[in-house]
Amino acid sequence: MTTNLLADISIFVLSLLVGFEVISKVPSTLHTPLMSAANSIHGIVFVGAMLTAAQAHDTVGYVLAFDAATFAAMNVVGGYRVTGRMLKMFRRAPAPARRDPEDASGGTVAP
Amino acid sequence: MSTIEIVTSLAYLVAAVGFVVGLHLMNSPATARRGSQLSSVGMVVAVAATVAKLADNGGITGTGWAVLAGGTVLGGAVGLRSADTVKMTAIPQLVSIFNAVGGGAAALLAVADFVRIIGTTNPSIPTRVMVPTVLDVIIGAVTFTGSLLAAGKLQGWVPGQPLVFPGVRVVNAALVAVMLGGGAYLVSGSHSGWVLLVVLVASLGFGVTMVMPIGGADMPVVISLLNALTGTAVAMAGFVIDNTALIIAGALVGASGAILTKLMADAMNRSIANIVVGGFGTGDTATVTASAGGEVRQIAVADAAIQLGYAAKVVIVPGYGLAAAQAQHEVAQLATELEKRGTEVSFAIHPVAGRMPGHMNVLLAEANVPYTALREMDDINSEFPQADVALVIGANDVTHPAARRPGTAISGMPILDVDKAKHIIVVKRSLGHGYAGIDNELYTDPHTDMLLADAKSGLTELVAAIKSLDA
Repeated sequence: MTTNLLADISIFVLSLLVGFEVISKVPSTLHTPLMSAANSIHGIVFVGAMLTAAQAHDTVGYVLAFDAATFAAMNVVGGYRVTGRMLKMFRRAPAPARRDPEDASGGTVAP
Repeated sequence: MSTIEIVTSLAYLVAAVGFVVGLHLMNSPATARRGSQLSSVGMVVAVAATVAKLADNGGITGTGWAVLAGGTVLGGAVGLRSADTVKMTAIPQLVSIFNAVGGGAAALLAVADFVRIIGTTNPSIPTRVMVPTVLDVIIGAVTFTGSLLAAGKLQGWVPGQPLVFPGVRVVNAALVAVMLGGGAYLVSGSHSGWVLLVVLVASLGFGVTMVMPIGGADMPVVISLLNALTGTAVAMAGFVIDNTALIIAGALVGASGAILTKLMADAMNRSIANIVVGGFGTGDTATVTASAGGEVRQIAVADAAIQLGYAAKVVIVPGYGLAAAQAQHEVAQLATELEKRGTEVSFAIHPVAGRMPGHMNVLLAEANVPYTALREMDDINSEFPQADVALVIGANDVTHPAARRPGTAISGMPILDVDKAKHIIVVKRSLGHGYAGIDNELYTDPHTDMLLADAKSGLTELVAAIKSLDA
């Protein structure tokens, strides 16, 4: 076992633990955007596609690299775009004046 | 270590920090958008560093650059266009498709690496590369076809019902045997491209036969599970090409995706194993004893408008029927109209309302309903007894009182306590079944009136009728 492999395995295991911890408290409100966000993060596979393209030197290699790059680019670009589109719509409270003092939650009243 | 290698490694570290902090910020709606932006900055840093590395290293051919640029432009354009034009109701399908191509890309990386090495004279792939290669190909290929099929089921291209053909278990077992056997053969020292191809094809097939028997209602959990698997495949690809960015990001998604899958399955009171082994309608529906009989009362729009218009407190329960009818803007309008009259309006969101947990929140956010007006199930359930009217729009199973009793297909599923409201109005297109395929006792409850209409036209008429109440 090389030191390189040991380092990679350590990184892998620690990243798993971070992954388990980091979203444990997320409310169900955000499950859909969160799934989409996690989906765009594995778009990092695009970096792998780039490195693969760099090593291709024959037709088969180029075809595989092209397919990988196309797939990965679609994953990463589309993933971030659609996550952003969803989250842009989440807003805290209506901006226009709402004079109802009814709001039991005591939300901030617009001036 | 050359300067460029140090710079790239540090850039990957920066990217990893961006992903972790970005995901963490997704814990709250107030910071979620910033989290996604931070994560995308990390991605740009990682990609830019890799471009610099390739340019500096000089190993990439002109054709390599062209192939890379061509694929990036094509894939990027398709991704951008579909992300910009997708209807919010179709989000789960799109996420699933993006997930499919991500898994496919991860599998292709390992295939490309394998093919390149066996093409050399005297090829040698050490076990530490072969193991992740096999895992990457298997997991990536399964998620590729599995996610495409899941998207097809949600979109309606493939029937949403659980599809079971005779001997599906045998076929599954055979495919798994081929995947594992072939994989073990490769790891034991074979460098045969044909064996890898067989493993690849078996895995693609298994993705189909695994998702085919699962019903549409369970599809979100499956998509989330496949999402976690893609993360794992990407991490394996990282081991194959020895790249820490892929290992970190892949493991992060694998783990957080697994947690998310569990949260979703819990919300539906289903175990993940249960879902993967077989969905609703594959045997357990025989025990259904829910149809209690009794009369269904219908109500006219004008009467419903009066009930709503003079209520002090209204709880709206939106479900998939609302999303399917694209009526999120109409329901937002109804809420505004009622609030103008001094009625307290809140939205009760079941964790699995819509097609995917949190999907309804996205749809209502699109219709400008502030997320502070959306109440989660545990939070709102205690308030139903005080509600003058509970307005159920296109939701079925998540309001079904039979879930509280044992022995039905949905027993134990957490539900919204709609039946405890003083009065209930259900807007529904027909008296059909929900996904669980059983009659809802709520509809025959003496406190329930049914407004049989399409969610969109029904709500439009309701809004008009409420507006005319004081006229």
